[in-house]
Amino acid sequence: MLIFLLRRLFQACVVLTVISILSFVIQDSLGDPVRQMVGQSISPVEIEKIREEQGLNDTKFEQYTRYASNVLQGDFGHSYFYKEPALDVILKKLPATFELAFSAIVIIILVSVPCGIYAAIRPKNILAKFLMFSSTIGLSVPIFIVGIFLLYTFSIELQWTPSFGRGDTVLVLGIWETGFLTLDGLSHLILPSLSLAIALLPMFVRLIRSEMLEVLHSEYVKYAWAKGLSPARIYFVHALKNTMLPIITIGGIQVGTLVAYTILTETIFQWPGMGSLFLDAVNRVDSPLISAYLMVVGAIFVISNTLVDLIYGYINPTVRLASHGL
Amino acid sequence: MALLDVSNLNVCFGLKSGLVKALYDVSFRLERGERIALVGESGAGKSILGFSIVNLISKPGFIESGSIKLDGKELTSLSNRQLRHVRGKRIAMIFQDPMMTLNPVISVGIQMVEAIRSHTPMSKKDAKKIALDRLAQVQIPSPELRFEQYPHELSGGMRQRVIIAVAMILNPDIIIADEPTTALDVTIQAEILELLKHMCEVCNVALILITHDLGVVSRIAERTMVMYAGRIVEEGPTLEIINDPQHPYTQGLLSALPQMALPGQRLNQIEGSMPSLMNHPKGCAFHPRCKYATEKCSNAQPNYIYSGISTVACYMVEDMLEEFSEYRDL
Repeated sequence: MLIFLLRRLFQACVVLTVISILSFVIQDSLGDPVRQMVGQSISPVEIEKIREEQGLNDTKFEQYTRYASNVLQGDFGHSYFYKEPALDVILKKLPATFELAFSAIVIIILVSVPCGIYAAIRPKNILAKFLMFSSTIGLSVPIFIVGIFLLYTFSIELQWTPSFGRGDTVLVLGIWETGFLTLDGLSHLILPSLSLAIALLPMFVRLIRSEMLEVLHSEYVKYAWAKGLSPARIYFVHALKNTMLPIITIGGIQVGTLVAYTILTETIFQWPGMGSLFLDAVNRVDSPLISAYLMVVGAIFVISNTLVDLIYGYINPTVRLASHGL
Repeated sequence: MALLDVSNLNVCFGLKSGLVKALYDVSFRLERGERIALVGESGAGKSILGFSIVNLISKPGFIESGSIKLDGKELTSLSNRQLRHVRGKRIAMIFQDPMMTLNPVISVGIQMVEAIRSHTPMSKKDAKKIALDRLAQVQIPSPELRFEQYPHELSGGMRQRVIIAVAMILNPDIIIADEPTTALDVTIQAEILELLKHMCEVCNVALILITHDLGVVSRIAERTMVMYAGRIVEEGPTLEIINDPQHPYTQGLLSALPQMALPGQRLNQIEGSMPSLMNHPKGCAFHPRCKYATEKCSNAQPNYIYSGISTVACYMVEDMLEEFSEYRDL
């Protein structure tokens, strides 16, 4: 277990180094940072002075090592727009995005598992066919259309839910702004998390169905029937456990897609999270913020994939993390 | 009354192109504690027969007609819910490949305990005790350790022992073993068969052994049924069938055994191959490959007759018996 975590830590370092190079390159090629800082009315001599002060005339390698050592100390530079440390700006928005993504994941799991199992157990049933048909549609409709459609229907026409923002939040433990604890916060969460979930839901329903169908034809499921076990035990213990193995792996990879979709969802619903912040940063060419966002997302990837591997190892005894030191 | 009485069993597969028949009028009886072998080439319908007894034929297969009686109780008319209490409890099964049969993500112990607890209400602790006893009976060293382990931590032979233990766990009346040693290493095949035989004797369990290995048959089964293209073509005491096979197909099978060939010569084989289910020949299904075939054979299916050695469905045997009786009359 310790070896596994150490290895993971090493992998994380490699991944984050690569991302830091990428974000440095992005920062470096996004126009002249001096222009971003000072505006139009300034003489070339002064610009040259600032360039020298900021170390922009050093070699790229020197600039990168300086950038990297700053990053290691948690300093991503100051956001040009917010005039605050970039990391602080991002971390302040993290709870909003995390809660949105978390609710979406909960919805995805609660809906896709039963639907996928049902569609696999009764493939010829009308409801199962309807599920498959609607999942095809869901797969092909982009998230911003789903989001805008939900927004229009439930917020504007029916006026059931608020249309933008997070609503009331409560500060928990002094650092975490949560919307889970207030009714208003929850009602603001419904549409964004739903549309984020709908983006990934059809794929998971189809995946679970096809995996489950395959598992149901396996020898060990046939053997379970021959042992006279109850259908519930066969479906939910024998088949489901094996079905979930590939789904977990894919789910881990899909965390990336989910993060990408939060950018769109947050923009549609004016959700004050990291995604909409990132989009704003791109529009304002706020490069310290952009690179800080990339690093934070990189860290989220590494952490979520480590968690996925731990869960996988827990369910699949043939992959014992401790003994193989994966 | 026989323990298991199968009569005129017909099994069909409903394909898009129409109904395909897989079993033709299969009838046999099995007494309590009797061991019977079901032999034939692959595709003869041996496994389908085995699975149809507990109505576990894979879709789109179904029992078209016929009856299967366990202790006089009809099984074909039972609902799935009722059949569930026959499966595993009164008729247990052993599958071909122990690597594929046990669920890879559930521990051996849980797979044993669930088999007990799904048929008899019992505490987990008591069930574990029975499971450990059974593991010891099938000669698995350190059962406590194996109980906690997962299938991939066990060797193939060990897994098949576990599966035998699971089959025995509720003292069933019948065990249907579908080629239990085919997937195993030759060196442990004999061990497993010996164990299976021993366990059946000790617990007085009847055994239906499905195999294509005639070498296996004589060691285990008192009675043998030979199947060809979905039909039983010869049935009788194992020793007599092996010593004096009546049906040309049985003769062919036996002469195809490697030990029947002379050193330095090619191995014997039956010319041609078994017809597929789709184009079942008219008359006796074996006639296109039979060297004794006459016109009669391609017209109608021969009836079963008792040859004095075994029960056979063959016109040649029928004709020979007639000749003998004329000779005796003289």
